[in-house]
Amino acid sequence: MIVSSIASFGRYCLFLGQVFRLPDKGKVFFQRLVFEISKLGVDSIPLVIIISLFIGAVITIQMTINIVSPLIPSYSTGLATREILLLEFSSSMMCLILAGKVGSNIASEIGTMRVTEQIDALDIMGINSANFIVLPKIIGFVLFVPVLCVLSMFTGLVGGWFIAQFTSMLTVENYVFGIQSFFNEWYVWYGIIKTIVFAFIISTVAAYYGYYVKGGALEVGQASTRAVVSSSILILLADVILTKLLLQ
Amino acid sequence: MIEAKNVSKWFDGQRVLYDISATFETGKTNLIIGQSGSGKTVFMKCLIGLLTPEEGIILYDGRKFRSMNTEEKRKLRTEIGMLFQGSALFDNETVLGNVMFPLKMFSKMSREEQLERAHFCIKRVGLTNADEKYPSEISGGMQKRVAIARAIALNPKYLFCDEPNSGLDPRTSILIDELLSDITHEYGITTIINTHDMNSVLGIGEHIVFINKGHCDWTGSDRNIFRSTNKDLNDFVFASKLFKEVKLFLEREYEAQKD
Repeated sequence: MIVSSIASFGRYCLFLGQVFRLPDKGKVFFQRLVFEISKLGVDSIPLVIIISLFIGAVITIQMTINIVSPLIPSYSTGLATREILLLEFSSSMMCLILAGKVGSNIASEIGTMRVTEQIDALDIMGINSANFIVLPKIIGFVLFVPVLCVLSMFTGLVGGWFIAQFTSMLTVENYVFGIQSFFNEWYVWYGIIKTIVFAFIISTVAAYYGYYVKGGALEVGQASTRAVVSSSILILLADVILTKLLLQ
Repeated sequence: MIEAKNVSKWFDGQRVLYDISATFETGKTNLIIGQSGSGKTVFMKCLIGLLTPEEGIILYDGRKFRSMNTEEKRKLRTEIGMLFQGSALFDNETVLGNVMFPLKMFSKMSREEQLERAHFCIKRVGLTNADEKYPSEISGGMQKRVAIARAIALNPKYLFCDEPNSGLDPRTSILIDELLSDITHEYGITTIINTHDMNSVLGIGEHIVFINKGHCDWTGSDRNIFRSTNKDLNDFVFASKLFKEVKLFLEREYEAQKD
């Protein structure tokens, strides 16, 4: 188990060595980069908006129900909602969700390319297949993920605002005052830094599992599942480390 | 010309190729034949460089593949065209995009020149009105044609085909065989075709290498394959009912001539 984990890590590092090289053709790389930003990033916007909106609303309801002490000011609901969104949800939880969408997409796409010999075709042409296929995905996703993170923060807060606006649980004034109170700008950067690291984990781990698939359609599915599970665990591990490093 | 000298290959301690030596001549359709699991695909992958043989050498026009540096290997790769069993077309590219791909990556042509060359190759393989279609929108036979067009786009010196007829009906198989043969003679390419289709063997087998259980058991041409005394080759060649009938017919003719 330990030996195979070390061997996998070694192979993962060698794979990254193969990926992070200068692209053969800058123009083709740029075209692929734009395509990947659109496919992995822009196409994730609806998912991010829907989930953030509802989770923001749910957090606000939960906070309103649970913070009932007269000693706690009424604007605490907004403040707590904001802190949860900024510190954990829009970075860690959102990336766990994206690991499912983007990670499985990358692993299954590259895995299918492997089993249908498209990767062999690139290798035979003399193209560094890992660099050609994977690098635009990693850079594209890492570049766009801060946009998704900030969008998630904003939409989550809007979700809370809807609760304040359309229910009698709390007032809009209290909520807006809460989300503006004791604002620490670093928390936004903290969320963005975390999402960049998580995006790197998602894209590289998924690409690694997809690239080394052997077999057929069944193995592609298994690789996709393994990619999501592994990247989720690594995200949680990285979350602990980054929180310790960035917030202490 | 491509030469393989004493090529041996192991997988997890199990030997799959035993000292195979063979020569594949320029301007000819060279066929590697053998039963499924005989090691012909492994041998072909060793020839292309997708697998590294533990023993033996591969020579491309006298150039030792293993001794080449990265740049030399990269240059050699641009001289190789490959037709895969499943076509291996890029799913997210159109027919035109697939054929233009090697030109975009390796040639210094302008976009207009690339388009002109791609259209020429597409026309050469007999495809019409398919430029903007995606691989999933065209038939298996058309996919093979696109793959051939992509393989010849850069004017390769060497063309490798892994079971080009698999999954195709007999008529389309013959058309693909004829196309490969025509291209080989027209451009003077060293073509190596991996197949177990006897129609291909008889149709375009100018030079044949028979691989059996990892050994090179026989070499010859389509003209003398029926006269071989190699038992394993005969078992392979006359496995189908049709070819058994052919064998009986030939034997009867031979007996009649003797009388």
